[in-house]
Amino acid sequence: MTDAHRGQPLVSMRNIVKTFGDNVVLDGVDLDVYPGEVVVLIGPSGAGKSTLLRCINGLERISSGTIEVDGQQLSYQESAMNRIRSRIGMVFQAFNLFPHMTVAQNIMMAQQDVLGRSASEARQRAEELLGRVGLEEKADAYPDSLSGGQQQRVAIARALAMDPAVMLFDEPTSALDPELVGEVLHVMRELADAGMTMVVVTHEMRFARRAADRVVLMADRQIVEEGTPEQVLDNPTSDRGQAFLRQLSED
Amino acid sequence: MTFFDNFVEYAPLFIEASWVTLRLTAVALVIAMVLGGVIAWMVMSRFGPLRWLATAYIGVIRGTPLIAQIFVLYFGISEIVKMPAFWAGALALAAHNSAYIAEIFRSGFQAVPRGLVEASRSLGMSKRKTLRRVQAPLALRTTLPVLGNQYIIAVKDSSLVSFIGMTELFQTSRNLQAQNYEPLQMYLMVSVYYLAIVLALTFVVNRLEHSLSKHRRPVEGSSGGSDGGGLRLPVWGRNRKAEGRA
Repeated sequence: MTDAHRGQPLVSMRNIVKTFGDNVVLDGVDLDVYPGEVVVLIGPSGAGKSTLLRCINGLERISSGTIEVDGQQLSYQESAMNRIRSRIGMVFQAFNLFPHMTVAQNIMMAQQDVLGRSASEARQRAEELLGRVGLEEKADAYPDSLSGGQQQRVAIARALAMDPAVMLFDEPTSALDPELVGEVLHVMRELADAGMTMVVVTHEMRFARRAADRVVLMADRQIVEEGTPEQVLDNPTSDRGQAFLRQLSED
Repeated sequence: MTFFDNFVEYAPLFIEASWVTLRLTAVALVIAMVLGGVIAWMVMSRFGPLRWLATAYIGVIRGTPLIAQIFVLYFGISEIVKMPAFWAGALALAAHNSAYIAEIFRSGFQAVPRGLVEASRSLGMSKRKTLRRVQAPLALRTTLPVLGNQYIIAVKDSSLVSFIGMTELFQTSRNLQAQNYEPLQMYLMVSVYYLAIVLALTFVVNRLEHSLSKHRRPVEGSSGGSDGGGLRLPVWGRNRKAEGRA
């Protein structure tokens, strides 16, 4: 995807600083994500990857810097925030499906309450997306009866139902048993192939290699390396990048 | 006269008095639920003075005996307006229970996992919609057993309203023993009625809890069908049920 960097970025972050009290978590981070691009964030734990991701949809408030999503400056005013969040899909490490709703209701809720779709329209969209993630027969099951991998696929369908401009994945396979990781990565790869703009925090290097247009390596609260998967994963230039990848290969 | 003969003779009186107790408690609890909701909202408010006010209210209610609250409210109110004992009693019970119910609501809301709120907000759901569609229904599920407990306590505590001259269930037993000089029998008898009410209430709450937790996967072979650690029927009740099924 050599053309990915053309045009206006969908997400544009400039000089992002985030502190929790005295603790600096992000220290001057710039990141652009272009339409159709798949950006994979890697790096040692505590580097600030998840925090950076959560800043994009305002789940974390930045301390300074600017964020633009879809051409709009991110504001923390409630209704503007809700409008922009409905354009950004998010998938969490812990799935976070609503346990008191069926799978279909999980996917229908925000379609109806935020986008104002009718129940039948929302239901139709839910079934269509469940088919896409291979779970059409689970529409009326409760999340508790699903495996972790199935729950995460429902969570992806729930986010997709809002027709988001960009999808954020926060370590989507870290809470899964090893044998269930593949089914989630498969759905994500299909999404990437279909042209969805994605920002993915993950430790799955095989996914980074196969699906990423760009790999961003974070360490010590900053971006230390950025480029194609080959550049970053095979020939890192920074000391921190080399150290992190050396550690990975030792595991 | 044996206990049984007395039981039959006084049954109409006690049954009528049971209705008074049930009405009294029901009115008190409806008010307490609304008031408790408001106080819980105040406690969780970001506005300091609201929070302090609600916290102080809960502290005072929890730190003083119910009987004192009933007397203070009864004599306090009758200074201003003439109020029937029923309403004075109901209001005192409502004020008392609202503090406990507020705490139950608060802990229920705080028990809703943060990730679920974030998931809802990340879909573009407003704070209010998230409250209505995610936090409130989930909080209700976790608080139901504890609320049930509080309801049971409220039924029994309503007996204290007899001290302001309300002829409810407990006062009926007091009146009768003053006439027939059988205090032991009368207090045993009234206890039977309280127990019957509490068991019926427990049953209703359990059923409600069961129907609200249909999303939970039934755990096969777990001891005593424990679904969430709430109210329990006495053990003999459970054993009988188990035998009946086997």
